[in-house]
Amino acid sequence: MTSGATTTQTIGFEIARYLPGEDRAPTLRHYDVPYRPEWVVLDALNYLKDEVDGTLSFRWSCRMGVCGSCGAMVNGVPRLMCAAFLRDYLPGPIRVEPLANFPIERDLVIVLDDFMQKLRAVKPWIIPGDRPPPADAEYRQTPAQLADFKQYSMCINCLLCYSACPVYQHEEEFLGPAVLALAQRYDHDSRDRGNSQRHELTWSDEGIWDCTFVGECSAVCPKHVDPAGAIQQAKVESTMDWYRSVLWPFGRR
Amino acid sequence: MIVGGGGAGLRAAIAAVEADPTLDVAIVSKVYPMRSHTVSAEGGAAGVIKAGDSLEEHIRDTISGSDWLADQDAVELFVREAPQELLRLEHWGCPWSREPDGTVAVRPFGGMGIERTWFAADKTGFHMLHTLFQTSLQHERVRRYDEWFATRLLLDDGRAVGVSAIELRSGQVRAVVGKAVILATGGFGRIFPFTTNAAIKTGDGLGLAFRAGVPLKDMEFVQYHPTGLPGTGILITEAARGEGGILVNRHGDRYLRHYNLGEPLDIRDPVHPRLRTMELGPRDRLSQAFMKEQDQGNVFDGPYGTYVHLDIRHLGERRVDQKIPFVRELATNYAGIDPVREPIPVRPVVHYMMGGIDTNLEAETALPGLYAAGECACVSINGANRLGSNSLPELLVFGARAGTGAARWAREHAPAPRAAVETQAADEQARIARDLINRRDGDERIATLRTEMQHAMEAGCGIYRTEATLQAAAAKVAELRERARRVQLDDHSLSFNTELTAALELDIMIEIAESVVHSALHRTESRGSHQRVDFPQRDDGRFLKHSLAYRTEGAPRVEYRDVAITRWPPAERVYGRAH
Repeated sequence: MTSGATTTQTIGFEIARYLPGEDRAPTLRHYDVPYRPEWVVLDALNYLKDEVDGTLSFRWSCRMGVCGSCGAMVNGVPRLMCAAFLRDYLPGPIRVEPLANFPIERDLVIVLDDFMQKLRAVKPWIIPGDRPPPADAEYRQTPAQLADFKQYSMCINCLLCYSACPVYQHEEEFLGPAVLALAQRYDHDSRDRGNSQRHELTWSDEGIWDCTFVGECSAVCPKHVDPAGAIQQAKVESTMDWYRSVLWPFGRR
Repeated sequence: MIVGGGGAGLRAAIAAVEADPTLDVAIVSKVYPMRSHTVSAEGGAAGVIKAGDSLEEHIRDTISGSDWLADQDAVELFVREAPQELLRLEHWGCPWSREPDGTVAVRPFGGMGIERTWFAADKTGFHMLHTLFQTSLQHERVRRYDEWFATRLLLDDGRAVGVSAIELRSGQVRAVVGKAVILATGGFGRIFPFTTNAAIKTGDGLGLAFRAGVPLKDMEFVQYHPTGLPGTGILITEAARGEGGILVNRHGDRYLRHYNLGEPLDIRDPVHPRLRTMELGPRDRLSQAFMKEQDQGNVFDGPYGTYVHLDIRHLGERRVDQKIPFVRELATNYAGIDPVREPIPVRPVVHYMMGGIDTNLEAETALPGLYAAGECACVSINGANRLGSNSLPELLVFGARAGTGAARWAREHAPAPRAAVETQAADEQARIARDLINRRDGDERIATLRTEMQHAMEAGCGIYRTEATLQAAAAKVAELRERARRVQLDDHSLSFNTELTAALELDIMIEIAESVVHSALHRTESRGSHQRVDFPQRDDGRFLKHSLAYRTEGAPRVEYRDVAITRWPPAERVYGRAH
């Protein structure tokens, strides 16, 4: 960010620091940062990294809320640091910690191996089945068909929902909000025929039935994906599917 | 073996495994693929698909947009293959916006004579990137090295055989070996202070190639996008103007009418916005018009510099939320105004680099076994000015060609001897430990050098340049190259050391900045985005040529190569009237 109006005001930060091999557990360290009303938490951290303490470690890239790198707990709430304005936290101090429910790699950097493995497990790609793509043309998909899954395709994988999820906190096997919403995104895509392949996992106990519908995931989602809604929708579909199989055992799904 | 996990790298990986399913493909990327900067592309991707459009029209628009510096054989190939690539993305699940009949929708874009830009609302790059990434996950033979930072190309017997890379988690430097290497690392907007580019856009792939002796082509051509938010440089997509947004100065004047871009139509006129006219002129001309307005005192002055207004209020809330919702979100969050009710403050901002690693139509570089694709490469289809919505199809077309070509090369060549490359990686580990991690006697701070470089580039090598401003920038960047040898880190640890990667990025950026400045110094004409106040005319006699910057121990050496002209002889660029 280029320099704006200068000011002598400062705002305090309490930032979690942890270096593997040296520290046994994260500790909070205090910093003072010049206060600028247009700054976000990420700007303050970059100021510290550049001018005060080059050892402070965190991920960031786009600084406009679309790459999903800079999630952290800001005053105990999962937020994108590029969208958390200092002016909303006056008078401070602002506490910044790594996203909850994940192992810590260093400082604010979390380990996301578990998420990456689960992402792949739900087969988030088009499975055309018996309906291969038309040659030299697009699949026809009406705006209504697009609207049926579009919201679930807006996930930026920022993991704020995993940090907010009380189930994931206690049960590591739970596929979690973002991954289940993504499965629903492909299940509802008119081009896809892969539902049955996904349901084996997503309709299992590690999937939708583990969710107790607290709804915290949707509350913290910066892109309004509504993973809780996706999971509820899948539960209804799964139940309907079960009734259909019981009541019409010889009928087509 | 691919460096970079954005659009071009992922497309290359899928093409390579599809070309040869027995092949193992590695993607080395300093960030997880979904963090790559393709994610920030907003407006759309051009490809001829609708009745009434033609390949010929897209080719002509691209060539005149390039100010005749694009290679015409490359443009023809690109335009021919772009629709197939966009259809492939459709088949892989990309949520393109649709017409009521279920076909993909297209929108108008700057410098394009016909509506041909496919879009997924105004998050086209985001959706393309996630579609490519998720599609790549089904290929077991694509192995990813997420958060590995490539530091050097490994060579054997004059060919590229891998990279040495730092695994960020452990801090260890390792050799990642492959029979062929594809560079797909994106652009380098971060050599400037005010850019739409993400923090990671530091030109790493260009650095790897340049240091291995590969020339960088057309580096003097830097695209300023006309509509960035003051302060942050966050992009407001050209689609805002494609949907009918207008630019006005502080007197309420639609000032573009004074700059040979045609006459404004009333915003209620059903023909507005007219293609290739006014707000739908090319980016270079619009950014230059802003500078002229600034010289005349016709712009607003704010705490983050001068600006004009991008007004989309007449589109109405429904259309804004349907077609360009991200514009509303960004303006609300980062400019503090709701564009449905107030005009958006905007100013030109460094956005895209036309120049890059010199490649041919097959995405090959001069170094055997080394390929490049996407923004880091220069084929060239963009010449002196890229048209909006050509970069997304470019990374698909040439990403795919790089992947297929590298797969063929890998089939035909034996692996490099392991010992030789392991030694190179060990040397690299020793160098990084000695010069950076363990150093205690340095006296320069990364942020200081980076800021000085960025401001020197803006002052000397911005939208308008002269011999004097360029000489000043050249002297400054040479000084910074020396001072960068004495960088001192605070962080001496091995675990996720982002100060270390920042130092390596700085080193690369300074070298690249030097190639930009010297290429700009040597081109004593004005063409497209390269405007020399002291040489205001285009000079086809001397400069219908690509510049090629080669690394030396001092300033880069600049050579030239003729532009490939096939069926479209150089002519005047005409906007706002029949051409």
